[in-house]
Formats: sequence, structure tokens, C-alpha cells
Amino acid sequence: MLELSMNILDIVENSTRAGATLIRIGITEDRTNDILRIEIADNGEGMEPDVARKALDPFYTSKTVRRVGLGLPLLSHAAKITGGGFTIESKKGEGTTVTANFGYRHIDRQPLGDIPTTMTTMIAGNPGVDFIYTHLSDGESYMLDTREVKNELEDVPIDHPTVLQFLKENIRDGLKEIGAGS
Amino acid sequence: MAKLKIEDLKKIKERVQGETALRAGAKRVKVTVHMGTCGIAAGAREVMDTLMSEIEEAGVTDVVVTTSGCMGLCSREPEITVEIIEQNPILYEFMNSNKMRQVFKRHILEGEVQTPFVLAKVTE
Repeated sequence: MLELSMNILDIVENSTRAGATLIRIGITEDRTNDILRIEIADNGEGMEPDVARKALDPFYTSKTVRRVGLGLPLLSHAAKITGGGFTIESKKGEGTTVTANFGYRHIDRQPLGDIPTTMTTMIAGNPGVDFIYTHLSDGESYMLDTREVKNELEDVPIDHPTVLQFLKENIRDGLKEIGAGS
Repeated sequence: MAKLKIEDLKKIKERVQGETALRAGAKRVKVTVHMGTCGIAAGAREVMDTLMSEIEEAGVTDVVVTTSGCMGLCSREPEITVEIIEQNPILYEFMNSNKMRQVFKRHILEGEVQTPFVLAKVTE
């Protein structure tokens, strides 16, 4: 993975496969304390404690089509090489929260990358799932709640290309406005 | 706090409603972009993004796009599956933005399978 936004897209895929209907994505840029935090919380089926522990092992997967599961280990590694940390909290039947902390200015910290495209890709791929995306940048904040968007759109589907294009531009402008970094 | 402007969203809604009222109909094509860890790392997001902008540019309303997880052929990612109604699904391998544009124009719109990019023709 070249960008952290791709890791986010990947982790969200786990959430949707776990049957989540609401996924919260939080990005916090705290330059004062040199921290970048990415948090993804879902209300999917969750994992038993032993499975949650094994999830960070690249040679563990719940799938049968291949013998490796690299999504979580990749993000965990990306966080740890920047002096950060990684946690998974999961409760069977309630959901899973994945938190990754990065050293904001660490030379090995990957760029956040194209967040707007990541967001519209996950919305387009999972129109039935709701996303709440919050981005904090040194006290300034941006928020997108697809439940509000759907409410306003009424019978127009959220995965309509024109709507997605609009959302992408909106996220791009919003992040610029709050001075979000890369 | 930066946020979505409701008035802008209303404008979009009215525009889309006006467009689709003219040519509402059934979906003719389903495109699945494979989005496992392998697919994403190989560039599936850009492929999906290109496809979405091609659809918007062409103004077609009968193509539906969805994503799926990894199906075990990780070394041939990014992969997409094109399913045209009443035809066998076609699985394309090693996709990128350029190939996606070609598949969209020639296969999805004009019905001509782009054989050089095909990994498999899926038969049930």
C-alpha cells in the first residue's frame, strides 16, 4: 500500500464483510503532539477474543481462497514503523474498532493520500452502508454523514455518478478548508 | 466546522431527478471491481474511479458498479468482472485506468469483449 487512504479502504472492506451497517472513520491530525490517528469503528458482527488476537498474524485469515490475510498486518506495520501503535478492540455481536497511531512527521509515515476518492469508492461499492467521516486537523474539523446525504437525496441513489462526483469535490474542498495535511 | 451544504445537495438531487426521469430503466450491465487487500494495493481504487467518471461522462444509467473482496487470484489484480445481461460474465486481469476506459467504451457500451485483457470467461 502506498497511501494510508488505501489502508482505510481495505479495513472498511473488512467491516462491510462483517455485515456492518454503520462505519465511523476518524482521522485526527495533531501536529502539536506529532500524532496522526486513524480510527475505524463498525457495528459489524465482531470477533471472539482469540480471533481478534490472531487477526494481526499475516498467516491467519478467515477466508478459504488463500492462506494469508495481509490487510490488518499491513496497517499495523505502517503504524509501528513510525513509532506509533495499533489496537483492535472487538466484541462478538457488537462490532470492531481499529485504531492506528502514527508519528505525524516521522520520515517513514506514509502520506494520507487521496481521501476523497477513497470515500467515494467505499460509498459506491457499498451504497447500503452508512459512513460517518470526521477529519480533525489541529482543532478544525470536517464531517460527512451519509445518512444526512441520503435523507436529503430522497429517491436519488447515493451511488449515482453525479452525486459521487459532487461528494468527492465537497470532501476535497472541506479538507482544504480545514487545512488537512497529506 | 466544514460541512456539506444542503442547498448544493438539493441542486444535485433536482438535476439527477430531471435526467433519470427521461430514461429510467432496468440495469443492463453489472461491473464488479475486486477490492481485496491485493486489489487495492495493485490499484483497484483508480480503476473504480476511472469507471465511475466514464459512466458519468457517457451519461449512461444502465450500468451498475459494485465491489467484492479477493477471490484468491491475487497475482493478477486489479481484476474486474463485467456481466452483461444474458451473457457469460467476463473476468479481466491486470487492469488500469487506460484499460478500464477501453473496456468501458468497447465492451460495456459496444458489446465487444476486449480479449487481450481477459483472464477468464466465466461459465456456470
